[in-house]
Formats: sequence, C-alpha cells, structure tokens
Amino acid sequence: MTAAPRPIPSRPVSGWGPALLLLLRLRTFVALILVFTFFAVAAPNFLSSANMVIMAKHVALNALLAIGMTFVIITGGIDLSVGSIVGLCGMVAGWLLLHGIDLGFSWTIQLNTLEICLIVLGVGVGVGAINGLLITQLNVAPFIATLGTLYVARGAALLSSDGKTFPNLVGNPDYGSQGFPVLGAGSWLGIPIAIWILVAVAVTASYVANRTPLGRHVYAVGGNERGAALSGVKVNRIKLIVYMFSGFCAALVGLIIASQLQAAHPATGETFELNAIAAAVLGGTSMSGGRGRIGGTIIGAFVIGVLSDGLIMMGVSSFWQTVIKGLVIIAAVVVDQMQSRLQARVVLQQQAALSR
Amino acid sequence: MSDHPIGLSIRGGIKIYPGTTALRSVDFDVRMGAVNVLVGENGAGKSTLMKVIAGVEPLTEGRIEMEGRLVHFRSPREAERHGIGIVFQELNLFPDLSVADNIFIAHERTRARIDIDRRSQRETVRALMRKLEHDIDPDMRAGDLSIGQQQIVEIARSLARGARILILDEPTSALSAAEVEVLFRIIAELKAQGVGIVYISHRLDELIRIGDYITVLRDGVITGSRPMEGVDLAWIVRSMIGDSSRDFPRGGPFRPGRELLRAEEICLPRPGGGWAVDHVSFCVHEGEILGIYGLMGAGRSELLGCLIGQYPHAGGRILLAGETLQGDVAKRIRKGLALIPEDRKNDGLIGTLAIRENLTLSSLRDFTRIWHLDLRAEIRAALDYVKRLAIKAASIENPVFSLSGGNQQKVVIGKALMTRPRVLLMDEPSRGIDIGAKGEVFRVMRQLAGQGLGIVFVTSDLDEVLSLSDRIIVMSDGRVAARFDAADADPASLAAAAAPLSSSLKDAA
Repeated sequence: MTAAPRPIPSRPVSGWGPALLLLLRLRTFVALILVFTFFAVAAPNFLSSANMVIMAKHVALNALLAIGMTFVIITGGIDLSVGSIVGLCGMVAGWLLLHGIDLGFSWTIQLNTLEICLIVLGVGVGVGAINGLLITQLNVAPFIATLGTLYVARGAALLSSDGKTFPNLVGNPDYGSQGFPVLGAGSWLGIPIAIWILVAVAVTASYVANRTPLGRHVYAVGGNERGAALSGVKVNRIKLIVYMFSGFCAALVGLIIASQLQAAHPATGETFELNAIAAAVLGGTSMSGGRGRIGGTIIGAFVIGVLSDGLIMMGVSSFWQTVIKGLVIIAAVVVDQMQSRLQARVVLQQQAALSR
Repeated sequence: MSDHPIGLSIRGGIKIYPGTTALRSVDFDVRMGAVNVLVGENGAGKSTLMKVIAGVEPLTEGRIEMEGRLVHFRSPREAERHGIGIVFQELNLFPDLSVADNIFIAHERTRARIDIDRRSQRETVRALMRKLEHDIDPDMRAGDLSIGQQQIVEIARSLARGARILILDEPTSALSAAEVEVLFRIIAELKAQGVGIVYISHRLDELIRIGDYITVLRDGVITGSRPMEGVDLAWIVRSMIGDSSRDFPRGGPFRPGRELLRAEEICLPRPGGGWAVDHVSFCVHEGEILGIYGLMGAGRSELLGCLIGQYPHAGGRILLAGETLQGDVAKRIRKGLALIPEDRKNDGLIGTLAIRENLTLSSLRDFTRIWHLDLRAEIRAALDYVKRLAIKAASIENPVFSLSGGNQQKVVIGKALMTRPRVLLMDEPSRGIDIGAKGEVFRVMRQLAGQGLGIVFVTSDLDEVLSLSDRIIVMSDGRVAARFDAADADPASLAAAAAPLSSSLKDAA
C-alpha cells in the first residue's frame, strides 16, 4: 500500500461491523419490537387480548397475500392482481351461496361449504395460472400481465352483481352451507380460524422454500434465470406455480373476508396488492429477485399491521397513517441498501484476510 | 524512439476484482502517432488494461499520467474529455437510432441546449465518413449496418469527440479481408495525424504488420515491451506463453472406447438468416477429449447449446450411447449430458445462492425423498465435491461469488459432475482464471477422461486445444472447417482452417 493515487475506501470494518450487520439483518424484527413497545406504552388497551386478536386477524389477511407475493417476487416477478382476485373470489363465493350453479332448464346445483371453498380456490388458482401462462408462454412482462388481470378480475367481480353487494351470506342448512361464516368468525382453542389458516400456509410455504427442490428452484430462477435454465431447472413451470400459489392465497383471503362480513362486495381488496408488496419488501424480499424469506415477510406484515392499528388507537388521522406507512417502507429499503453495502465490505475483507 | 512522444502512461497499475487479480504492477506507455500493440492470451488482462485507460474501471492501485500530469478517470466521460476514445470488441451502438444519433450520443449538437441541430450533425458525419472512406448514410438505422460498418461508425464516434488516443479492441475479429484493408488504411492515416492508437488483437501476423510498439501481457503481468523492429512470431509466442510447461500428458496411451455421443447434422438458424450452426456432425468416444477450436463467433458455443437443449428450434439428431436425445435441458442432464457454460457469471452460477446450493442445483433429485430435501445428505455431497475438486472455500455456505475465478469454475464443474454425466460439454473452461487454476482444471479433465467420460471442449487457445485433445474439430462460420487427429495437428494448419472465408462475409460496401 504505497503512495495510493487517491484515497481508497479502505476504512477497516472493526469489531462493530459484523455486529451492526447482524442488527441490520434483524432490522424488521427490531422494528416490530420497537413499534410494539411504543404502542404498548403510548396507546391504552393496546395490550388487551381483545385488541391482540383483532389485530392478528387484520394482519393475517395481508400476511397471506404477502406470502404468495414473496414467492412471486423471489422469482423476479410481481403480482398486481391479488387484490382483484380477492374481490372476485368473494363474489364467486357469494354467488354460489345465494344462487348455486344454474345449469339452465331451471336446474340448479346447490353446494355445501366445502364444495364452495374448493371452487373459489380453483378460481383463484385459475386466475394465477392465466397470469403465469401470459408471462411464460406469451412473454408478457409480469407487471403488465398482472395489471391486465387486475382490471379483468375486478371488472368481472363488478359484472357478477352489477356492482351490488351480495348480502346475508349465512348459508343454508338445506344445502349444507350453513358452515360458511365459521371461516371468518369461528375459532379453535380461542384463536380465530383465519389465524390458523395463516399459520398453516406460512409453515407450508416456509417448508417448501427451505426444504424442497421446488423452493430451491424458485430462488435459482430469481437469482439467475439463464443459469437456472442451463442447470436443468424448468423455469416456466416454476413461474407458473408461483403465480398459481399467489392466486391461491388471494382466494383464501377472499373467502375469509366474505365469511367475516357475511357479505361480498365487488370492490373488496382494492390496493391489497400494494400492502402485500410492502410487507414482502419490509421483510427483506429483494425486488430484483433471488432473495427473501417467508418469516421476514410475516414480520413485515406484522409491522405494517401493528403500525396502522396502533395509530388508529392513538387517534392519529388516517391521512397521517398513510404518510407514516410510506415513510416506513422507504426507510426499510434504504436500510436494506445499507445492509447490502456493508455486507459486501465485510465479505471482501474476510476474503482479503484469507488471501493474506 | 523519441520521435513518438508518450501521450499516456500507467505506472504500477494494479487491478483487483473480487476473486482475481487482473493486473499486477503494470507499466504501460501509449506513444502518439504510433500503433501500440497489446497482445496476450484470453484472460491475460488486456481488456482490463483498456478499461482502465478508458475510464470504465478505476485502478485499485497505481497512477495514470498524461503529459507528466497525474490524471484520474472516474468515468468514461472524463477519459473522453482527455481525448481517449475506445472501440470495444462487443460493439456498443444503439441499433434503433440513426448513425448520426449514435455518433453524437450524449454529445448532441444543439441550439440553445434543447433543440438538436440535425443538419449540422449530418454534415459532420458525412465529412467523417468521407475521411474514413465509407459511404454510410447518416440517417441509416445503426442496426441495419453490417458488423464492419458498425465498427467504422464506432471509430467515427471516437473521432467526432476529438480522440487523440484511440483504443481498438480486436477490431478485425468480425471483418472481412477487404474491410481489414480499409481499417488498416484508416489507422495509417490517423497515425499520420498524430493519433496514438492502442491495438489489441489475437492475429499475430496482423500485429507484426501494423504495430510500431508491442507489449505482451501474461496473467496480468507485462512480460515483454519493445519497439516492433526485430520482433518475430517466436518472440511474441514465447512472451505470451512463457517457459512454464503447459503439457498435460495423459497417463497412458489413448485407447478409444465405445462411441458415447453421436451428433448428426446439428443445425441452428441464425436470426437474420443463414446458419449459426451449419449441419455439424461428430462423435465422441469413452475416455476421449474432443477439442473444438475456432475463433469467436464461429458457432462453437451455439453448437454446445444445441446439444444440451438450450435452443428448442435447433435441428439434427443426437444419440447418447445409442439412445436418441431430445427434450428440455433437465431431461438431457438426466440422460447423462452436462454443460459447463462459457459465461460463468451469467450462465454458470446463481449469484444469490451459496456455494452448496450452486453445487447441487442440477442434482437435487438425488437428495430428495418424494418432495423432502435431505439437507444433511446435500451438505455431505457438497463437502465431498469441494474436497475432490480442491475448491478453496472457507465455508460452503458463503456466497459463490466470494470465491476466486478458478474456484468458481470448479464449482460449475462440480455442479456438472454431481449429475454423474457420461459426456461433459465444456465451453472455454479456462476462461478468466489464472494459470495455476487452469492447470488444475486441465488435470481434472484428464482425470475424468481417464474414468471413461467423453469430453467435448471448446477453446480459442491453440496451445490448449493441441495439448489436451485426442481429436480436434475446427469450426468456422458455423461449419466444420477441418478435422484433425491430435498426432498430426499443428498450430499453423489449425489457424489456417479457423480463418473465416472472406467470400462468405458481407462486403463492407
């Protein structure tokens, strides 16, 4: 190191470097603890169990969408259509409960709860499959393909009822569909069914991501599509699967909302896709693909949920809530950049130490 | 040599990339009004040196001086302001813009800084083209020009910006004989005007013909630098290759085994018409190393791509151990074919995954029960291959790009070997790795062939193809130009066979 022509940024990353890196890696978790502690002190009744349950139910919806979104973003794509799928699936559920399937000639098939749920999930997966086929077979950019289905699905939802709400979705014991409201209102072991669904989906998604070839292939496709293809990864199939899974998650959310409200409104789910993307990004998912964790996404969803519910309890205007949410997201991405820069520096120094 | 003043000099230039050292204390002078020739093998550091001069990459250590003053190029624009122009080997034109727009890109002639003065630009381009003896319409779409014409446009771009030092990186690699003559005339003219030219090429006869000074690079070190007088081919080759023995003799005499891979009439249409791979047939036997030699763009990589199933629209028939091979990449890998791509970074490795995950990516099936991935078995296998290939990694969980180039290459090889292939396709396996790692990679190749694998390897290094192959195919323009047995192949006939026929290239005019 003699007479360097200009200052080379060789400031040593001393002992605090790795520690800071760890802190930055756990930033979403730290943020969650911070907002949680803040509201526990500042907002009365925040820690009451009733509030916890309500909050968890809110978070569960966004977290479900965000889990599907995380897989899509890890492959390097984006799914803007999830909010519309939520709305459409709610309407399909409402229609099936109220009208059944009309076969013409005044024949109608009435369905029980399980059949309705399966059909609705099928619709969600189907829309996801359309997204996937547009992207893989017709080479439409994910942003555009899912923007298109966003409009189509929303329009279909509005058409199904002429823009009106399907009310009184309590089901009919004659058809075996009286169980429909349980999905949103019921609970098991004192915990709402919606939370159990989230737990089940999250555990499955996390398992798939970490312990199956499918999950590994999802990360590989997002990290380097060409490289993955040359290594024998079936890129198109992987992409199709992640969009179908995202549609599946959205259909679940549509079912839960319709069941909770016992009504289906065609505008349900507008801007949900943005909240889902925000949760994924907050949880450390990289928009350029290849990186992201299901656990991080769920924590991200909790940060957003705790933040908005806490602010409501403190009586902060909803306009300010929107501003604060935006600032938190921007801060998250800025910190993400700081982390990757620091990480690169630490790795380079370890490398240099090795070769010395 | 004082009649050629030094226009730019680098002293003690060191350039370190994560993983490799590309330049080691390099001293280099650019003399004005002369052709400064730079030679070296692939990966010797020529392109890095040029990027440093052109401001594309900063030096890690060392200094650049122009007319005795220290200069720092933080961007290509700054280098440009100092009168340095570069024409890269991969042309950098905007295919959808006109010739004039390309030449003035980011330096538009404007009225009041807003409105582009197209007429003035057009006239300047016409004048430049007259000077360069090319009748290229300034309003043509750049993408519609032939490669040779595009090169002329690139040179014109540098000249329009008042370049005093012009770097040409392998300018003739895609030109026909007639176009080369025109280029040489232009170079002579520029020289007369006092422009300093840095000329990089693999074609040694060309260098001797037009060079005034020669600098030879080997593994990031300058091994020879002198005026061109008295330089002959032997001196260049000695400086390039060095005295280190590059022989990788086989254990015993080669006994060809059964036929493993037979490719019949493989062809791949080129997007603009013609063939990228033009009805190529060959076969590989057990334990045989088949070398495919050719210049860049001869269709070698495309041929391997056809074999592995990268191009669904490729034609021809492939038999692996007597069985017809078709379907997608995954299927062919399962049947026993594996590819080690040329471009490690973009095709070979997944940067976001760890070393372990990269190693096992093609063979995950082996560690999977129904759908459950047995991570312990995976780690065991990955560690096993790290040991067998002597990959120097602190931990298999580290990001793969934290490794040096040679070790990265071994990860790609490991990934291919973990699929237990019967035939291994290797595209430029020694590209971008240092000489020690090259030796190790070649030893691994020999070892594998010894175990009965068939190996097809592509290279543009004469020395490599001659010392490793049992048989050699020379490709040119997508066709098989010649076939040799290792015993009766010599550098001269290989090089002659690889030279593209000028009649098959589009004429510049």
